[in-house]
Amino acid sequence: MEDYGFLSQLVQYILTGITLGSIYAIVGVGFNIIYNATEIINFAQGEFVMLGGLVMITLVNFAHLPMPLAFLLTVIIVSLVGLLIERLAIFPLKESSVLRLVIITIALSILIKGLAMFTWGKQSFALRSFSGDTPIPFLGASVIPQTLWIIGITVVLVILLSIFFSRTIIGKAMSACADNPEAASLVGINTQRMVMLAFMLSAALGAVAGMIITPVALMEYDRGALLALKGFGACILGGLGNFYGAVVAGIILGLIESLGAGLISSGYKDAMALAVLLLVLFIKPSGLFGSAEVSKLKKF
Amino acid sequence: MGRKNTIGVLGLALFILFFPLTGRIPAISHYVDIMTFIGLTAMITMGLSLLMGYAGQISLGHAAFYGLGAYTSGVLTAKFGINPWPAILVGVLLSAAVAVIVGSPSLKLRGHYLAMATLAFGEIIYIIFNESIALTEGPDGFGNIPHLSLFGFTFDTILANYYLIWAVAILMLIFSLNIIHSRVGRALMSIHGSEVAAMTMGVNAAKFKIQVFVISAVMASIAGSLYAHYVQFINPPVFDLFFSIKLVMMVVVGGMASVWGAILGAALITFLPEWLIFLEDFDILAYGLVLLLIIMFLPKGLSSLTGVLYRLVAPRLKSGS
Amino acid sequence: MKKSILFIWSFVLTIVLISPAAICQAAEPYKIGCVFAITGPASFLGEPERNSAKMFEEEVNAAGGINGHAVKVIIYDTEGDATKAKTRVERLIRKDNVLAIVGPSRSGTTMAVIPVVEKAEIPFISCAASIKIVEPVKKWVFKTPQTDTSAVEAIYTHMKKDGLTRAALLTGTTGFGAGGRVQLKAVAPKMGITIVADEVFGPKDTSLTAQLTKIRGTDAQAIIGWTIAPPQVIMLKNWKQLGMDKKFRFYESHGFGSKRYIELAGGAAEGVYAPLGRVVFADILPKWNAQREFALNYKTNYEKKFKSEISTFGGHAWDALHMLRIALEAVGPNKAKIRDYLENVKGFAGTGGIFNMSALDHCGLDASAFEMVVVKDGKWALID
Repeated sequence: MEDYGFLSQLVQYILTGITLGSIYAIVGVGFNIIYNATEIINFAQGEFVMLGGLVMITLVNFAHLPMPLAFLLTVIIVSLVGLLIERLAIFPLKESSVLRLVIITIALSILIKGLAMFTWGKQSFALRSFSGDTPIPFLGASVIPQTLWIIGITVVLVILLSIFFSRTIIGKAMSACADNPEAASLVGINTQRMVMLAFMLSAALGAVAGMIITPVALMEYDRGALLALKGFGACILGGLGNFYGAVVAGIILGLIESLGAGLISSGYKDAMALAVLLLVLFIKPSGLFGSAEVSKLKKF
Repeated sequence: MGRKNTIGVLGLALFILFFPLTGRIPAISHYVDIMTFIGLTAMITMGLSLLMGYAGQISLGHAAFYGLGAYTSGVLTAKFGINPWPAILVGVLLSAAVAVIVGSPSLKLRGHYLAMATLAFGEIIYIIFNESIALTEGPDGFGNIPHLSLFGFTFDTILANYYLIWAVAILMLIFSLNIIHSRVGRALMSIHGSEVAAMTMGVNAAKFKIQVFVISAVMASIAGSLYAHYVQFINPPVFDLFFSIKLVMMVVVGGMASVWGAILGAALITFLPEWLIFLEDFDILAYGLVLLLIIMFLPKGLSSLTGVLYRLVAPRLKSGS
Repeated sequence: MKKSILFIWSFVLTIVLISPAAICQAAEPYKIGCVFAITGPASFLGEPERNSAKMFEEEVNAAGGINGHAVKVIIYDTEGDATKAKTRVERLIRKDNVLAIVGPSRSGTTMAVIPVVEKAEIPFISCAASIKIVEPVKKWVFKTPQTDTSAVEAIYTHMKKDGLTRAALLTGTTGFGAGGRVQLKAVAPKMGITIVADEVFGPKDTSLTAQLTKIRGTDAQAIIGWTIAPPQVIMLKNWKQLGMDKKFRFYESHGFGSKRYIELAGGAAEGVYAPLGRVVFADILPKWNAQREFALNYKTNYEKKFKSEISTFGGHAWDALHMLRIALEAVGPNKAKIRDYLENVKGFAGTGGIFNMSALDHCGLDASAFEMVVVKDGKWALID
């Protein structure tokens, strides 16, 4: 029998924390993409995650598609949902106050959740892991393969996104819109198209988060809101609009939760994460990596 | 307070006075009970509308103050046998103190950061309700909270609570309208317009913002206490984040810069599921859709509807008379 | 000036006139009200309960109603929320004028409506687990689910039989989980069980690895998980993944009462024990079992009609409604007489157990209502 000493426990907590944190990080980055383009916090972000999980389940369990194809199709389908939302509810109100748009995203999240309830019912669904369930021993802890997928995909996404925003024309144009929409439109960037793109990209990211977490955590129609909250926390803690900030903050929140539950009290684990978040905001009002100068320029 | 508002308050008071007559109509005989909850909710949304519409600050944590009031009253009366009235006062003091402690650092934050901070605060309080089992019995909740009584009269029926709660709500309405039309109100509006400009004019923005935050917290706390004594049972989910979000939605749907709108928003969003009940399972879709449409097509909320109606009706009234 | 008058008018208009018109009823059907958590976090309870209530209405009316009266079951959604539950119950009492009320699904919502039904003096049968509902006894309040205490006793008895005395608790922070946690801790010393770990988690948590890792470091012999789906399934997956299945036996609560959970766990449920109401495995019950026929009937019809596995939860509503049916057949539409009849129900073999109500016991079930089962080859198996 193995000896489960303190060290192996600690390793297990840290691994769990990083896994949880990776999901928060991806959701947080999704928030940031839309924030950068529109200054709104999209409360329907969690619904993208839920849709990602449920669409993937449908394609794999019921349509029996191979995993990689289902993965790709899910990303496309959920991005189209993102596009639809932007065209129907956000685009018509482009001259509106930020708060009103935020409330619209809340109404949208209720609507999407309702539609999902009709499509899939209320029960939870399971999805098989991407590559088996045999745990891999690691420093006395056991790592399940899906954990590696979660962490790996997060890393790949972050790299892809930074290449997208720093190297490609569209990515650069999106960054320009985020920094200064008026100037961007003056140099011929179609800012409206950029907003549309932001919604699609953000929906795609949400879908990926949903797909990689479902094998671990199941999925059902009303899971979105809580994942969105954690992601929102990551995005604020890291500093609004800052991708790397969201990633680091997401992992910090995941670690606090997991270490807090393991070492201090499982009942107060979420409270501990939130208390740290509050403390950081009180000391540094624009988050860990956010710039106070930039946030002063924003309308909301 | 202005003549318009005086007439409005009188009208509302008359409406509230005679509304229970509808209890004779079987189809809507349960509306008095629902109106009682609207009264409670309106107390919170009025405070929130002062904070959001006039001071320009958002709070996603007001359910926590509602809960603080309810739990203080509930625990003190049901567990320690203290008289409800001083218990309500303790709730008010506690909420005010918490509002100062949380508000002072939070209200320096802007926009989404403030939203997140208040949200985090609300969640922490919610977790405390769940976890301090010795006092609150945790997620189970607890009952046996006594009804309020005054001069030997016990508020143990729906009707008695309805009048009590709406009397308090109308007092709060008058109070809120007075604030708006006072120096404080004008200062608040200037903060909302431009904080920098307000400060150069000598308005102490930070002080005013905290004052309004405390006022709104106290209003929510009183509502919570009255809830506890009306329903006689409390458990944490009533005071969760989703209720906070719903409150903000009520204020926006009602029309942010209007205390009247806050009441209308509370009424509509509370009644909406009631009207949609015949749709059975489809009610959640209809609910989301109606909210979406209101926010999309009535940018200034329900309170602007009176203006729209007025423009439609007024010319005919004039030509008619 | 006119603006504020119009404001008042719009207030009146919105509230009074936009309400749906009253529905007139010609005949005199027996009306039974139901409030279930059909949507919201406890919808896994409310959905099967709602389905069962609809099936009840159809079956009874197809069989000619009760003493010639048609039955009308009016069902409202509480969303699992205490405030909503209260307003819906007021609506059933005032607007719909029902004879009796079944539900709510959750302990919290039940506790919130108890003052209302006590004051209205209307027979009320809750579908929630907490023992607080019937202890102390309230005149008009009954309940059909087995109490959490009985489930705790069933688990501890089974542990003792196999010589296990050290338990680790893993409970959710919902009313169900918290109620179980209280009883698990209260009963343990009486039955010689030591609790060596007491971990909790949120109802929407995505991983319970941290809590289980902590338990792995203790000398517990059995883990008792007390929660509702989905964490119920996630905890089993994590338990397997952490390689804990060899060292720690796993007990689930009676909330594990649906075969679907075994499927969701995808093999991780193998070897898990649970005290369950007999309805979920009615098909493997011996022929002589008193509950078999009633439960199997329910199971077969439900699964045919709704094309989904039954759960014990729908059975709670089923039992309550049938008890009301028998009461109505015996005493007619008189609320006080229905109450008295319910209090004296004896030997009613429902899906949840054999009910023996009395003035001191408004639930009428004991630990014998549960049967300990184990998951073997993806199916429930009886232990002799």
